[in-house]
Amino acid sequence: MNTDARKHGWLYWQVSDAIVLTERALRHIPRNPELLIFSTIQPVMFVLLFRYVFGGAIKLPPGISYVNYLMAGVFVQTVAFGSFTTGVGLAQDLQQGLIDRFRSLPMSRAAVLVGRTLSDLVRNVFVVAVMFCVGLLVGFNPQGGAAEIAGAIGLLLLMSFAFSWIGATVGLAVRNVEAVQSAGFIWLFPLTFASSAFVPTSSMPAGLRAFANNQPITHIINSVRAWSLGVPVGSNAWLALVWCLGIVAVFVPLSVRLYRHAASS
Amino acid sequence: MSGEANRPAISAVALVKHFGKTRALDGFDLEVAAGTVLGLLGPNGAGKTTAVRIFTTLLEPDSGHAEVAGLDCVRDANRLRSQIGLAGQYAAVDELLTGRENLEMVGRLYRLTRVSARARALELLEQFGLSDAANRPARTYSGGMRRRLDLAASLIVTPPVLFLDEPTTGLDPRSRLSMWDLIEKLRDGGTTLLLTTQYLEEADFLADQIAVIDRGRTIAVGTADELKSQVGGERIELTLARGSDLDAAAATLGPHVDGSVRIEAESRHLSAAAANGARRLADVIRDFDAAGISIEDLAVRRPTLDDVFLTLTGHGAEDDQEQAA
Repeated sequence: MNTDARKHGWLYWQVSDAIVLTERALRHIPRNPELLIFSTIQPVMFVLLFRYVFGGAIKLPPGISYVNYLMAGVFVQTVAFGSFTTGVGLAQDLQQGLIDRFRSLPMSRAAVLVGRTLSDLVRNVFVVAVMFCVGLLVGFNPQGGAAEIAGAIGLLLLMSFAFSWIGATVGLAVRNVEAVQSAGFIWLFPLTFASSAFVPTSSMPAGLRAFANNQPITHIINSVRAWSLGVPVGSNAWLALVWCLGIVAVFVPLSVRLYRHAASS
Repeated sequence: MSGEANRPAISAVALVKHFGKTRALDGFDLEVAAGTVLGLLGPNGAGKTTAVRIFTTLLEPDSGHAEVAGLDCVRDANRLRSQIGLAGQYAAVDELLTGRENLEMVGRLYRLTRVSARARALELLEQFGLSDAANRPARTYSGGMRRRLDLAASLIVTPPVLFLDEPTTGLDPRSRLSMWDLIEKLRDGGTTLLLTTQYLEEADFLADQIAVIDRGRTIAVGTADELKSQVGGERIELTLARGSDLDAAAATLGPHVDGSVRIEAESRHLSAAAANGARRLADVIRDFDAAGISIEDLAVRRPTLDDVFLTLTGHGAEDDQEQAA
């Protein structure tokens, strides 16, 4: 049998296995169009609801239109909700016994997770691009220059990757597909709504405002918003970056550890 | 060198594994000689799957020692994984990938080059009768096709030791026979096979040796014939046409059998142990004719593995679901 096993070192195989598993997860995207359609329709609904139903009632500082305020929130919320697809995917792999197969193979212990998180990143890019076009249709008018827009996109990608590892950890810890879906809503709803996504935090009661002002989603939204509107970003960018890197540093080892001991039943 | 050859391909010594308060394995011992098929037979929850998961490095035992292909299942787990194949009751295939893509993926994870992974995939699809379905997503496959694809995936690198966890559970009779056929071919090819099953006839048909496991321990090991002779030899069983003949029939049968005659009045059924029962049948029939007792049904029955199970464990193989761990 023609194998390469001895020709290459440990790192080569880590990367090779990750590529094989990323290819696998990318193939899933067009073959499961329902998932792509629903993960696009949901944020479109949010754009329309907030733009036309709630938007008129929300007080903003003078000079900013609500649709320009809203879109950064929608982008970040879309990416955050996309992260539990990673968890659902892993829970499915567990239930179908695929994780058992992978764990019985002489392969990297992180590749399955890397494959899922990277392919979900690709799906998120697609969904956010669709959101951007929907935004333009309802009056979104970004003011930032090329560098600012690039910064906003880069931060969204980093956030997508980082939050996917939280999703992976939840998926491997909870294991049951339906439970992972519910668990996703439990932590993502408060985190995305108790933030600056849809309303300025200054309108919230003191305790909630303190939480909203200091949680990662708000820092990310404020950065993306400032960059897309071409206003000074302040300390938000650094705080957002540190949060994302911190999440990666904690949840990558945590989810790999869970994977190593994952059992199908 | 000859010492190496005699070394068992699979061995377990005093394995213990707890899940919470349940003792899934409770001092489990096993030895499987290289190139043979061992059927691990036991009811649901007896510990069969737990044992397989330890041998295939998916679980670590709490205590005890497990070795496969000369490698320690815990210490040498990484090296061991390239020596084993695992296929099972869950039919672990990626439903969104096609049959060919599934096998190519597993091939590349076994460190085959892209080119040889593709060649091997096509070869296996052909061999397992899946060529026509090669480019269809696995979710469109029937249960039998999935099991075959799953088995093919475990054979990518023709591993010397193969674990099949309930390979035919839930399959229709025709698919079961086709799986048996494939497993027989592997056996003839010299692969060491550990096969778990709840089906007594499956172990009887496929395995060289059978180990009976109950409540996390091996309670008997031997060939199917050895196990059957443990519960006694043949029995003569007969059913009478008329219930009024019962006493006369018992008296007529008595001299021809070894032990006492068991009578079930309700079903007009008589039975008794009788070594070489077949040779005694002619005499039995003659005496019954002479006595004017008409017989509805007469047979010499060899004990089945069901009898073995009942005798060894005190309960049947399938009426034990509530113990599942």
